[in-house]
Amino acid sequence: MGSRPCVLSEVGGRAMQVVCPGGSGELIAAGLVIGLSNGALIALIAIGYTLVYGIIELINFSHGDLFMLGTFVALTVLAALGFDQNTSPTPWLALVAALVVAMIFCGILNVLAERIAYRRLRNAPRLAPLISAIGVSFIYINVGLFWRGPTPITFPDLLPNFDFVEAITGTQSLIRFNAKDAFVVGMAIPLMVALGWVIKNTKMGKAMRAVAQDREAALQMGVDVDRVISFTFLLGGLLAGAAALMHGLYNGNTVFTLGFTAGLKAFTAAVLGGIGNVTGAALGGVLLGLLGAMTVTCYGGEWENVGVFSLLVIILVFRPTGLLGEQTPERG
Amino acid sequence: MTKRIPRLLAILTALAFVASACAGGGLPGGGGGGTIKVVSSLPMQGASLGQTQTMVNAFKMAFEEINYKVGNFTIEFEALDDATPARQNWDTAKEAENARKAVDDKRIVAYMGTYNSGAAAVSIPILCQANLAMISPANTYPGLTKKGAPGIEPSEPDKYYPGGCKRNYSRVVPADDLQGAVGARWMKELGVSGGVYILHDNELYGKGLADVFRAEAKNQNLKEVGYEGAPKADNFRTLANKVAASGADWVYYSGLTANNGGFLLRDLKAAKSSIKFMSVDGVAESEFITQAGAAAEGQYITFGGIPASAYTGKPKEWADKYKAKYGGNPEVYTIYSYETAKVVIAAIQKAGDKAADRATIRDLIMGTKDFEGVLGQKWSFNAEGDTTITTMAGMIIKNKDFIFSKELK
Repeated sequence: MGSRPCVLSEVGGRAMQVVCPGGSGELIAAGLVIGLSNGALIALIAIGYTLVYGIIELINFSHGDLFMLGTFVALTVLAALGFDQNTSPTPWLALVAALVVAMIFCGILNVLAERIAYRRLRNAPRLAPLISAIGVSFIYINVGLFWRGPTPITFPDLLPNFDFVEAITGTQSLIRFNAKDAFVVGMAIPLMVALGWVIKNTKMGKAMRAVAQDREAALQMGVDVDRVISFTFLLGGLLAGAAALMHGLYNGNTVFTLGFTAGLKAFTAAVLGGIGNVTGAALGGVLLGLLGAMTVTCYGGEWENVGVFSLLVIILVFRPTGLLGEQTPERG
Repeated sequence: MTKRIPRLLAILTALAFVASACAGGGLPGGGGGGTIKVVSSLPMQGASLGQTQTMVNAFKMAFEEINYKVGNFTIEFEALDDATPARQNWDTAKEAENARKAVDDKRIVAYMGTYNSGAAAVSIPILCQANLAMISPANTYPGLTKKGAPGIEPSEPDKYYPGGCKRNYSRVVPADDLQGAVGARWMKELGVSGGVYILHDNELYGKGLADVFRAEAKNQNLKEVGYEGAPKADNFRTLANKVAASGADWVYYSGLTANNGGFLLRDLKAAKSSIKFMSVDGVAESEFITQAGAAAEGQYITFGGIPASAYTGKPKEWADKYKAKYGGNPEVYTIYSYETAKVVIAAIQKAGDKAADRATIRDLIMGTKDFEGVLGQKWSFNAEGDTTITTMAGMIIKNKDFIFSKELK
């Protein structure tokens, strides 16, 4: 295990010297690790977009801002438990509490938003719920502004400063996989796997797939469509809540405008992977993270968004339905 | 349905006319006396708020001391905001709107601001064509005034004064061609071994300053190992790794706290704990130290002027008065804001009966000579509207505060 990053970096380094003038093998390998963590965060939010789109073809614009409110809730819980300053050792119990509260908060809020702002518009022209979602997004942003004010907020540094690569290889290098990366990746993967399991193996998951394929037919078969859609919003919200705590602990900051940029990236990831496709959203998120890190490593910080969005354009030109293909309701 | 919309529009337009007629009601009545107005335009949202709030306090303080009255004129002051909730930072469209608002309100005789040089580039041309004086307590980008300064575009500064309109813009702080250069010389003094990695936030101010630093670093034979944009991001870990791999022992960052400059420092320190970091007045605010946390300790900041903690004599007296009135400590640009308002008031006083005439006020402000305010030394504006003060401070962050280290030349 210990030598694998080195081999990888050597092979990668030679191959990429041509396309990547700014990076050495070590830098590229280090960038890949960072990109993976950044991407896992994007992926969790992207899944929220894709789940909802897959089932009712609504781009839920408020999802990024829901995530932002989640970071505020997580921070509030941590502060209430007395951990608003850098603390070590890590207060794991408090983190679990913050995670659970943020997830439940985002889940319920998302369900309520669907119930109040989207459900009545379900059979209206598609533009109506979209605009309603933008409205909800503005409400969230302003709640955030009112709640914590306009200045960026610093999260306490709670995770241990432990580097796995250093512990295994015994040497310090730029390639770091520290507790923060482990926390993000180690939480994102089980969450995504669990989501996949729910969709594939539970009765509710089956109902979700049925509603996604053909809402009317599902209704005729006795599926409670309203409940299934509420459940979908709940799942998206839960993941956003989890991503919120992870973002706070990993990046150490939040601000009430966070949802806009995070939402844009996540939405891009969802489109990249094929909107409506859960695996695609996860893949798109990770790809976006990796690509961002690679662009910075190879060409410089000012090119990050140029690199990311150029790839998006290229992929959509050749594969308009995203990498893994769209999965949207069939039309009768 | 289609007919209703034009009718609604007509009603709205009529209402707008009525409203604007009301607003125009307070025009000064020709000769001496009446109401004149001074506005400021600063970002009143986002990470700069800690600083800009104190600046508005200082403006108000200056006007309150004269009871908002000069001769027969009553002065009205309004603090405009050039930031938008979405950006949490100054915004091009908002700054242009503020400038046009000022042009349209004929009572307005002076425009104090902006905080950001990029914003000044937007409003100077608009105000210039209306003969409206603009005076900034905080802009430091050389290209706004200085021809041929290092790191500026060949078309600068003329493009800010379109159609050869008469220069209307001045600033009471020294420009960055000094700040970037003294930064490079200070770094040389402190010693560079591995080299310096230059980072900027991809904005007019940040990149301009980085270019000035770069030019002087070359003159000083400092080894440059990298030069790169670091626009706002949630984390800068990839970039920090690059810096660490480059062998640099110094990073020079010219950018803003609002662009997460403090988090950049945090990530740099995490990637290479021995890295030394020098930055500029754009991060000289307490929010920066909060962002960077422990990584801020011992880092170097250059600043045009002297920080409040090192005030003696007249500036100290002023700072004590400020503290007594507003509670908190003045930030680095607070005293310059007070001085700015004082320059405007002096011009209005000198104008006498012609205080409502924009061109008169503009010429008086631009012609400020041997001014004795609260900065502790006499100064003048040169023909380009730049101050004759060249004092720069080198500060070191200690115990979460900016501590004056030495005067830089």
